[in-house]
Amino acid sequence: MFRYLIKRLAAIVPTVFFVTIIIFGLQQLLPGDPAIMLAGEEQDPTVIAYLHKKMHLDEPLPVRYAYWIGGVFKGDLGESLRIQKPVLELIQEKLPVTLELAAIAMLIALVIGIPAGIISAVAKDTVWDYAANIVALWGLSTPNFWLGILLILLFSVSLGWLPASGYVSPFEDLKANLAAMIMPAFVLGNAIAAVLMRHTRSAMLQVLNADYVRTARAKGLGERAVILKHALRNALTPIITLGALEFGTLLSGAVLTEQVFSIPGFGKLIVDAVFNRDYAVVQGVVLFTSTVYIVLNLLADLAYFFVNPRLRG
Amino acid sequence: MRAVPVQLKPQSEPRELTPGRRALLRLLRRRGAMLGLVIVIFFVVIAIFASSIAPQDPLSTSWSAVRKAPSAQYLFGTDEIGRDVLSRVIWGARASLLAGLVSVCIAMAFGVPIGLLAGYMDGWVDGLISRFTDSMLAVPFLILAIALAAFLGPSLTNAMIAIGVSATPIFIRLTRAQVLSVKVEDYVEAARAVGNPHWRIALRHILPNILPPLIVQATLAIAAAIIAEASLSFLGLGQQPPAPSWGSMLNTAKNYVDNSPWMAIWPGLSIFLLVLSFNLLGDGLRDALDPRHK
Repeated sequence: MFRYLIKRLAAIVPTVFFVTIIIFGLQQLLPGDPAIMLAGEEQDPTVIAYLHKKMHLDEPLPVRYAYWIGGVFKGDLGESLRIQKPVLELIQEKLPVTLELAAIAMLIALVIGIPAGIISAVAKDTVWDYAANIVALWGLSTPNFWLGILLILLFSVSLGWLPASGYVSPFEDLKANLAAMIMPAFVLGNAIAAVLMRHTRSAMLQVLNADYVRTARAKGLGERAVILKHALRNALTPIITLGALEFGTLLSGAVLTEQVFSIPGFGKLIVDAVFNRDYAVVQGVVLFTSTVYIVLNLLADLAYFFVNPRLRG
Repeated sequence: MRAVPVQLKPQSEPRELTPGRRALLRLLRRRGAMLGLVIVIFFVVIAIFASSIAPQDPLSTSWSAVRKAPSAQYLFGTDEIGRDVLSRVIWGARASLLAGLVSVCIAMAFGVPIGLLAGYMDGWVDGLISRFTDSMLAVPFLILAIALAAFLGPSLTNAMIAIGVSATPIFIRLTRAQVLSVKVEDYVEAARAVGNPHWRIALRHILPNILPPLIVQATLAIAAAIIAEASLSFLGLGQQPPAPSWGSMLNTAKNYVDNSPWMAIWPGLSIFLLVLSFNLLGDGLRDALDPRHK
């Protein structure tokens, strides 16, 4: 087990290294002198000179990379030119909002996706199965920003039940916070519910034909106990990994959802940075997202390893 | 007595279907896939003949027809500067289909050869490519596309490049995995034994046998690329105004959702239908080309 842990940990080193190469490389896509581009519309010569010095633009590329990565290791993801704040500080400010959104979205996805997948597998080729598959296809094919607009139209404009946009901190007013979060979280959870439903269905279909399920039935156990205790427990194991993989979908979705509902989170931070040509923030956010994604995948792999006795053997 | 020549009736040949034909027959039997195909063809026709089908110029504004509700004159209504929404939806199909096809072509043009190389050559080449692919996959698809589009500059061409590059690792990984399973087959060993050069084994013996999963992935990737283009255009990083694109139409529409909902309904519905149809077609192709998949 210790060897597996070391091997798995060692495997992420080159992955993280290449991620930093990709993100550093993004800067090279800017046409012309990066300092001029990064200096924004004002093209202030002082800022350009400052950037030249700060980014070591007169040095060769590998040296510049070494300076940049050295800073990253010290927790320096650069500085926002617009807001004049360290990128890491901006991320720390915005991340809790997106984490709350993502957590509620994941909860909605689990509550819809897993039961729908179970029903679809148990009632295979019945009207329930078809209905669940149609809902999954809808979830996979609907652009979440459109779904967001449709929900605003229904629940805010027509019915007047929920606020169309805005954000209230849960520490200020929990009720108002949930009212503002429920629509964006549903929009975000919708697509993940579809993925979860499809995976649960196919995992359940495999498990339902397994010998131990047949044995459980032969022992005279009730169908409910067979499905929930024997089949589902085994079918759900691969879904742990899926949860980590869907983190990427959550963050990508959050970029659009936060834009539609004007939520000041992580997604909005990257969009605003793109439009303000605040490239250091874009790079910092991408680096942060990828690192979290890699770590989550590692944790999911380890969790999978611990819950699956066959792998531990 | 005259011998009657015995005419041997030619025996009816056993109807041996090629795997390709069998797959086609399986596909034709799938109602969902056929529905998807019909909708895709519908949108392709609309995109090709947009100039003849669109009732109005998609760019011409009219201050006397600002945000008019759907009517006989404007079937889908008009937008905030009096442009015909139907005509813009029709022209928008071009941007969406073009983005879907071109970005997947870019992803396949890089992903398949690199994946072939990684799968065929073991050792450090495979290791290097695989680690690089893992790294690209570690950056969420849309976030990578947004970052690339941001650094390249906002335009439809750059959005297509950004989406294509972001989708490349999926094709590298899929191709590599397929090559690994195919290259140990007897016919590949045989091709190697008779002295075929490596490039010939890879292109003539391996590639044709790994095409089915690549076709399925390409169809599903087109659906993802269409949503990605709409997302980038929605954020202002794709097709630039005033050129029509479903994503940018939705971006404007969200500001008028309270009194002009038609501006949001039609472009969104078009994205949904087109993406749904590629997903249906992709699912059908997967069932038809890989009967083991359930």
